[in-house]
Amino acid sequence: MKQEDIPQDPGALQNFTKEVSYAVDKDGKYVTELSTGWEVKIKALDVAWNDIEKKVADARQKVLNNEASPLLYFMELKLMNIDILSAYTGFWKWQVKRHLKPRIFEKLSDQKLQRYATAFDVTVEDLKNRHWHESGV
Amino acid sequence: MKAEYKHLQAAHCENGVTASLLQHYGVHQITEPLAFGIGSGLFFIYIPFMKVNDGPAISFRTMPGLIFKRTCRSLNISILRQKFLSKEKARQALDNRLLSGHPAACQVGVFYLPYFPKEYRFHFNAHNLIVVGKEGDNYLISDPIMETFATMTSYELERVRFARGPLAPHGQLYYPKEAREVTDEQIKRAIVTGIKRNVRHMLYVPGNIAGISGIRYTAKKIKKWRDTLGLDKSRSYLAQLVRMQEEIGTGGGGFRFIYAAFLQQAYAYHPVDELMDVSQKFTRAGDLWRDAAIQASGIYKGRLTEQQDYNVMGDQLLAIAALEKEAFRELGTIVKRLR
Repeated sequence: MKQEDIPQDPGALQNFTKEVSYAVDKDGKYVTELSTGWEVKIKALDVAWNDIEKKVADARQKVLNNEASPLLYFMELKLMNIDILSAYTGFWKWQVKRHLKPRIFEKLSDQKLQRYATAFDVTVEDLKNRHWHESGV
Repeated sequence: MKAEYKHLQAAHCENGVTASLLQHYGVHQITEPLAFGIGSGLFFIYIPFMKVNDGPAISFRTMPGLIFKRTCRSLNISILRQKFLSKEKARQALDNRLLSGHPAACQVGVFYLPYFPKEYRFHFNAHNLIVVGKEGDNYLISDPIMETFATMTSYELERVRFARGPLAPHGQLYYPKEAREVTDEQIKRAIVTGIKRNVRHMLYVPGNIAGISGIRYTAKKIKKWRDTLGLDKSRSYLAQLVRMQEEIGTGGGGFRFIYAAFLQQAYAYHPVDELMDVSQKFTRAGDLWRDAAIQASGIYKGRLTEQQDYNVMGDQLLAIAALEKEAFRELGTIVKRLR
């Protein structure tokens, strides 16, 4: 890549940082220069976030239909999966899977809920409170 | 407790941490490309049975932690690396280190990293940063991808040090044990070791998922994605591939440009003209990777949807594989002549 070809497209990095890019100057020598971002990359990130939003919306619907417990919604919202959630909370995977069922979730103690709340960085109230879908937690 | 520390911004976090810490400890010759090359950072692997964020697990660089380890070992600098079970002990060890006036590097997860923009916060646990001081409850952080210093409270730092999931850092702390000057002779030898190891890893790793054959394997996979995964899923997969390649802090063309820069800097130590030629090949490879990314973006933006478009991308990767193979072959013969 030539120095003058270093992309300077606006993106999520704005107001945060610029990234160091390596490119050759007109004498063919490598130099570094800061770049604000590259459109190709920004679009790739957008695709990833669209996928996530879709999953969150699906999860929300499932919870509203009482097919899954609110934990599923928060799990998707925080980009986790059962493996990661199990690692953060210390529950076994089979336990997490169980807790994703609404009927089991209802019976969870506050102590257990707290472990989930800490992992999601929310309060136990947020987990129990059924209005999160309106407030957009 | 604020140690005098010179912040170094780098294209990639682990290179940055390695170069920055070594400079701090007296290795004035080290730069980001040298750290990357001596640590044999260039790699390619597609792990077919693993998923990352529901996408393919592809890496354009070597395993996290190895660049620092190899570079220090090549330069004969002993390092200390600690993992912790207890958060309390992890904090204590870091505080003691800072109290003695020394910085320490930490492996952290980025999901809860407070100064990162939300868009970049995934559950990626192999980010590296340097803690350089503590004031009250705040830690002063030198993060190589940032332009200046950042701060974190002790709770925030603890949470990222104990991020969970794949590659969980377990509070990992590492640093060179002592300050040490390194002679140019040592750098020269380290460069040779680094190149040799990199040639080996790219050309001679058995199996078809790593090194050059890994690139070819990926090319074949991409051609099949449209049929096997459907349009939506293959768009996500391609986007993921581009994100891994152009991962924040690799600044376009991924790691190929950094490696080309390394070969140029190696030339200053080993004035063999062919090194510059091979450097140009890697620049070319980096450019081709960028072209492939542009092709991929056409697909994930929804502009290109035909099988033909996937074939083009696959062929681009095959061309890259051929070029890099040639470059590493040449490097393999040149390195024998370096003293």
